[in-house]
Amino acid sequence: MEWLNAIVQGIMLGGLFALFATGLSLAFGVMRFVNLAHGDLAILGAFVAVSVISATGLNPFVSLVIVVPVMLAAGYALQLGAFNFTISPDPLPSILVTFGLGIVIQNVLLETYSADSRGLDVGSIEIESIRVTDAIAIGWIPLITLVVAVTVLGALQLMLSRTSLGRAFRAVSDDPPTARLMGINDRNLYAVAMGIAFATVAVAGVFLGIRQSFGPLDGPAQLLYAFEAVVIGGLGSVWGTLVGGLLLGVAHTVGGQFEVTYGYGSGPLVGHLVFLVVLATKPSGLLGRRAE
Amino acid sequence: MTGHRVTRSDRQSTAGLAVSAVLLVVLFLLPWWDSDGSLRVPLVAILYYLALAQMWNLLAGFAGLVSIGQQMFVGIGVYTLLSFAEDFGVDPYLSVLLAGLVAAVLSLPVAAFAFRLRGGYFAIGTWVIAEVFRLITLESDFLGGANVRTLTRESLGGYSLDTRNTVTYLMALGLAAGATAIVVLVLRSRLGLALRSIRDNQEGARGLGVSVGRAKLAVWVISAFWTGMTGAVILLHNPSTRAESAFSVLRWTALVVFIAIIGGVGSTTGPIIGVAIYWFVREFLEDAEEWRFIILGLIAAAMAITAPRGIYGLLQKRWSVQFFPVRRKLVGPGVTGPSPGGPAQPVADTSHPSA
Repeated sequence: MEWLNAIVQGIMLGGLFALFATGLSLAFGVMRFVNLAHGDLAILGAFVAVSVISATGLNPFVSLVIVVPVMLAAGYALQLGAFNFTISPDPLPSILVTFGLGIVIQNVLLETYSADSRGLDVGSIEIESIRVTDAIAIGWIPLITLVVAVTVLGALQLMLSRTSLGRAFRAVSDDPPTARLMGINDRNLYAVAMGIAFATVAVAGVFLGIRQSFGPLDGPAQLLYAFEAVVIGGLGSVWGTLVGGLLLGVAHTVGGQFEVTYGYGSGPLVGHLVFLVVLATKPSGLLGRRAE
Repeated sequence: MTGHRVTRSDRQSTAGLAVSAVLLVVLFLLPWWDSDGSLRVPLVAILYYLALAQMWNLLAGFAGLVSIGQQMFVGIGVYTLLSFAEDFGVDPYLSVLLAGLVAAVLSLPVAAFAFRLRGGYFAIGTWVIAEVFRLITLESDFLGGANVRTLTRESLGGYSLDTRNTVTYLMALGLAAGATAIVVLVLRSRLGLALRSIRDNQEGARGLGVSVGRAKLAVWVISAFWTGMTGAVILLHNPSTRAESAFSVLRWTALVVFIAIIGGVGSTTGPIIGVAIYWFVREFLEDAEEWRFIILGLIAAAMAITAPRGIYGLLQKRWSVQFFPVRRKLVGPGVTGPSPGGPAQPVADTSHPSA
């Protein structure tokens, strides 16, 4: 029963990982851009929420109304003003710019908010849960996170497959020069994609902050989990990202059950190992269409 | 006979080598005139950063292997030295060599996983594997878990403090100079030609019979070996450590990457310029580590966009200087000016960028 509970909790945690992975997957899918600051941007989003809440007294859920547009605008501007200049067949400049940005964000957050851990308080709902059996209870917060993740991924899939914006995204993803000939402004489209990526990762950061405490240096761990979810699920597959996130979540909670010497990170360690096994045995991911 | 020939050295590179040789002799003799160690001790950190930057540059600048996991090899070096010198009583200086060997051996299974990924995903993949090593260290009773580990005086043998300081300094100097020499030698070898052809056009190189995987694996193992030894010397310099600092991505990869980008990725002189700038920034912001990261990070990010070949690239565009003879160029009647400046830029490719 303990193990079953771990699996159920893992699926809930996996919702959060999938939410983190969404933006990373989108940016890679549209423009083959790997943003190494992705995790730090989530933490930045959570700290923006801290400031918004302390200034306005809003509930963290409601603070998203401000945090998401702010991050969306930041993503759009950053892509247009900086990242677009690094898009080339050579991946080195984009890696260096985003890695540098991530380190800068961490240290600016340290200077601004100190190294203390924070949390986003949403009131009594934090401890309320649905009792399924005596041994299994599903917390409202993790459940809401999972529902939000599925909704965001579903909306993204619908946007990509049904709207003209989605068609443009697919066009630049397949063949940028030809898409340009068809009148698509690819640079602007990249900025829109990065704006959406920032918006989703800000949502993920705020949900992380509601679920657990966080500090300025927690970004890289989130980047690694998001990346693992994308690779496990398969590059270029929206639902693969969800599956990857869920599997990684289960690996974390089931891994956390093992007796370990110091109690540090056995969950993340098992998560990393599951990722490496998938990478070795099925490099294109569980639902991937092609090897990368 | 037209009198043309292809050469690698010219007056500049000969002068460059002469300057490097003089500098090296001065630095080598430093312990004999810097008796109180006021110069030597701060120089050690600069020297091991140069070694780390050269090794990262060999991977990222020449082999297209942008690793964000170099901290794993530093950490492996640190903990290998601790295990051999502290737990098994092996001579600490012999253990430095063993640290490099252990890092090189462990780099093979790492490559088996990481080499399945490319570009940005290779970068994050190496970071994940570095995390695996850090977490295993934290879980390991034998390695000391999360506790602070110290290289005690007993395990440092009968060497006096003065001897130890001098040896550590000379080892750091050897690692820095050796790293630079390795990069120069690799670039002058067949392997160097293979690497550059891969960098310019991987599929084309493969078509001409270059064994892409083997060339990349070779530099990967060389870099791991040297980075592992550097990790061990870092511990000799600063004998207390714990897993968080031995496997620190900020210290052993982020700073190293910044040094290499600012100086110039893809050149052997770039990391030397970068490490000089790092020293400068460190002197001015001695007590403000966060600000150091912010300033260096912003400069590095800005340079990656505007001047991807760093300060050395800017200098070279202007004057076509070459301090280390690694490039072949045509000399003879009618050949005017320098060969097209800078290391070969990737040919503009309008096909779809691959990750």
